[in-house]
Amino acid sequence: MDGLLLDIGLRHFLFVSLAVFVLGLYCVLTRKNAIGILLGIELILNSANINYIAFSHFSSGGYDGQIFAIFVIMLAAAEAVIGLAIVLGIYQNFSSIDIEAVDSLQG
Amino acid sequence: MDHPLLVSYLRWIVLFPLIGAIINGVFGAMLQKRFGKKAISIVACSVIGLAFIFALRAFFHLVSVEPEQRYLLDSVLRWIHIGSLQVDIAFAVDPLSGIMILIVAGIGGLIHVYSIGYMRDDEAYWRFFAYLNLFSAAMLTLVLADNLLLMFVGWEGVGLCSYGLIGFWYKEHENTTAGNKAFIVNRIGDAGFTLGVFIIFWSLAESGHGTVIFRDLSHTIHYLEGQMVWGLPAATLAALCLFVGAAGKSAQIPLYVWLPDAMAGPTPVSALIHAATMVTAGVYMMARMHFLFSLSPVALGVVATVGALTALFAATIGLAQFDIKKVLAYSTVSQLGYMVLGIGVGAYGAAIFHLMTHAFFKACLFLGSGSVIHAMGDEQDMRKMGGLREKMPLTFWTFLISTFAIAGIPPLAGFFSKDEILWQTFSGGHQFLWLLGFAAAAMTAFYMFRQVFMVFFGENRADEHTQEHLHESPPVMTYPLVVLALGAVFAGFLGVPIALGGSNIFEQWLAPVFAGGHAGPAVQHHIEATEYILMAASVGIAAAGIFLAYLMYYRRSVSPDIFTAVGGGVPYRAVFNKYYIDELYHATAVRGTLAFSWLSLNFDRYVIDFIVNGVAKVTARVGWAVGRFDDWIIDGLVNALADVTFGIGNRLRQVQTGNLSIYLYVIVGAVAAAQFLPRIPVEVLLPVIMLFVALVVVIGIALWLATRRIPWRLMFTKEGVSQLR
Repeated sequence: MDGLLLDIGLRHFLFVSLAVFVLGLYCVLTRKNAIGILLGIELILNSANINYIAFSHFSSGGYDGQIFAIFVIMLAAAEAVIGLAIVLGIYQNFSSIDIEAVDSLQG
Repeated sequence: MDHPLLVSYLRWIVLFPLIGAIINGVFGAMLQKRFGKKAISIVACSVIGLAFIFALRAFFHLVSVEPEQRYLLDSVLRWIHIGSLQVDIAFAVDPLSGIMILIVAGIGGLIHVYSIGYMRDDEAYWRFFAYLNLFSAAMLTLVLADNLLLMFVGWEGVGLCSYGLIGFWYKEHENTTAGNKAFIVNRIGDAGFTLGVFIIFWSLAESGHGTVIFRDLSHTIHYLEGQMVWGLPAATLAALCLFVGAAGKSAQIPLYVWLPDAMAGPTPVSALIHAATMVTAGVYMMARMHFLFSLSPVALGVVATVGALTALFAATIGLAQFDIKKVLAYSTVSQLGYMVLGIGVGAYGAAIFHLMTHAFFKACLFLGSGSVIHAMGDEQDMRKMGGLREKMPLTFWTFLISTFAIAGIPPLAGFFSKDEILWQTFSGGHQFLWLLGFAAAAMTAFYMFRQVFMVFFGENRADEHTQEHLHESPPVMTYPLVVLALGAVFAGFLGVPIALGGSNIFEQWLAPVFAGGHAGPAVQHHIEATEYILMAASVGIAAAGIFLAYLMYYRRSVSPDIFTAVGGGVPYRAVFNKYYIDELYHATAVRGTLAFSWLSLNFDRYVIDFIVNGVAKVTARVGWAVGRFDDWIIDGLVNALADVTFGIGNRLRQVQTGNLSIYLYVIVGAVAAAQFLPRIPVEVLLPVIMLFVALVVVIGIALWLATRRIPWRLMFTKEGVSQLR
């Protein structure tokens, strides 16, 4: 068990984080649904959290990274609230949450 | 210098008529409509009456004091105090102006009363009396002024009223022309007057005695002696300039031409302004400035000669006139010539004496002729009159008395005054001038009696309609005639010469005024024999004139043809046409002025206007070029800049798609690029960036050219900008 765990190093975490980040980015870039984009953003934020925790764990001491991770979670919650509120607002105005329909600011 | 007696009531002599003029002038139309013409005449006559009362008060104040103290001064207002020029609005009465205010206010008052009847049917009744009051105020200012400038104010004031009253019936063009003529001819005289005042003040100021106050002038005028202005003696030049003013106002050769035409005004105006008062202003002014004239024998000689010539010249014209008022007008010019002659020979007292007596009998004659004209239904041609003696007895008798007076028949007023002047002319050594005056006296007697016989005797030659309406004038017109006729009878007794057992009160009265100056030809009593002979001669010649008129126009035993036929009728035609003087002036002065104005007009039109138009055209061309530069170059640059900015903005705005996905792609791409850019060496990066910028610019310009909003045609015009909107 111990050995098994020891095999998993920082690099693994970073790969997981990268994968989540890329998935999130892909989700953000490709989704037309506003809620989908919000979900993508959550993924990106959580990939950052993984990085924080991983670096915190593998670097010498301190809880800075973990505390930052908690901040990010809190921030993500707040962001989700505001983001959803914006989505609701968009829906009320355009009867749609398709972001391509929302192009009133087009030049 | 003894001090003048300071009083404060003299101003009322001027102010009362002025108040009357203001009331009648401003509220006259309203008063006349509301209260009738009576109200107007009450105001007008009462103010002149009050002025006369104050004039009497001043006169008796003078009488009550010692002769050398006879100088009342009423200083009303500070007026002009600049440097050495100290002039106040101040009125002064000395024996000379004392006489004048009595004449002006007294005879003026009678004529006011007469006008009530004469102007009864005139619509502009109020305007007439407003003018009459204003005239009285101005004339009284003229005679009461204690300095030359205030006198000039009155001088111009009477000229203005004269103009207004000559053209009183302004609906007829002839009358307004006569008014203009009087005004313009008087301007020439006024120019002389002002020049004279300037010369006096200027020359005296150089010696530190600059003043225009008569009282001071009489003491400082001798500083003029030896002074030269423009190479001429200052005293002579100043005196001649003042005489030009006097010649304009008092109708002397060559400026007399306005007076006969002035008869276009209503007859009371002719009596008041153009016989009794205003025209004597020149004589009064010269008497007032006698100390100046006495300094210059040359000026006196000119004055005397002009006076005598005028007396004779006007008398000859009077011989052949048929208009009842024109005869009187030329007679006035002639009598004014006597007064000026009197001034010229230094007989100032005699001149003023004749002024006074003339005021009485000439006012009476004019008012009498007005009465006749009134009865004849505005007919003025004596050939259509005749036989009016029975119809208008009062008018006839007063007219006859005054005619005797003007003809110089003793013991009427004209005899004493005219003879005084002639005698002093003769005794002063001017025998030739005396002869001129003597001949004029004969003619005066002739033409005046010619008038009397033509108007009052013989058959009436008017048409029947006029004859039926013949009537004596109302008392309001005849009573003034009676008063004036009494004056014409008795005024002369004030100046009965010593030779006839009188004491010449008039001369004595004026002596304090004229004593300071030139003594005049000392009345030489030791050659009384000559004086008696001359008196007899002038009475005889007058009687001869009367007798000739009697034969020609009453008896008709001598035909006037003996005159008209002389020299083939040439002299008669010349006289009848007033020596063609008006025509001469028309051909020279009037035509000359018109020609000059025509020249000026064309100079203005073709030279000045050409220059102005040329400058304007050049400016317009330059302005056009500047405008093109502005439109093409300046506006073009601005338009191009605006279009470029617009084009770039137009391109750039398309970057803002509003599509979140694209934004995100760009962000991700930029972040990714940011990872790599720092690793590229600067030698590679810089050209790449420059190439990129150049590419952007080229593409930008290409895009702008492809998407221009302003077509080239409009790029450099103002319309171009509007294409952007």
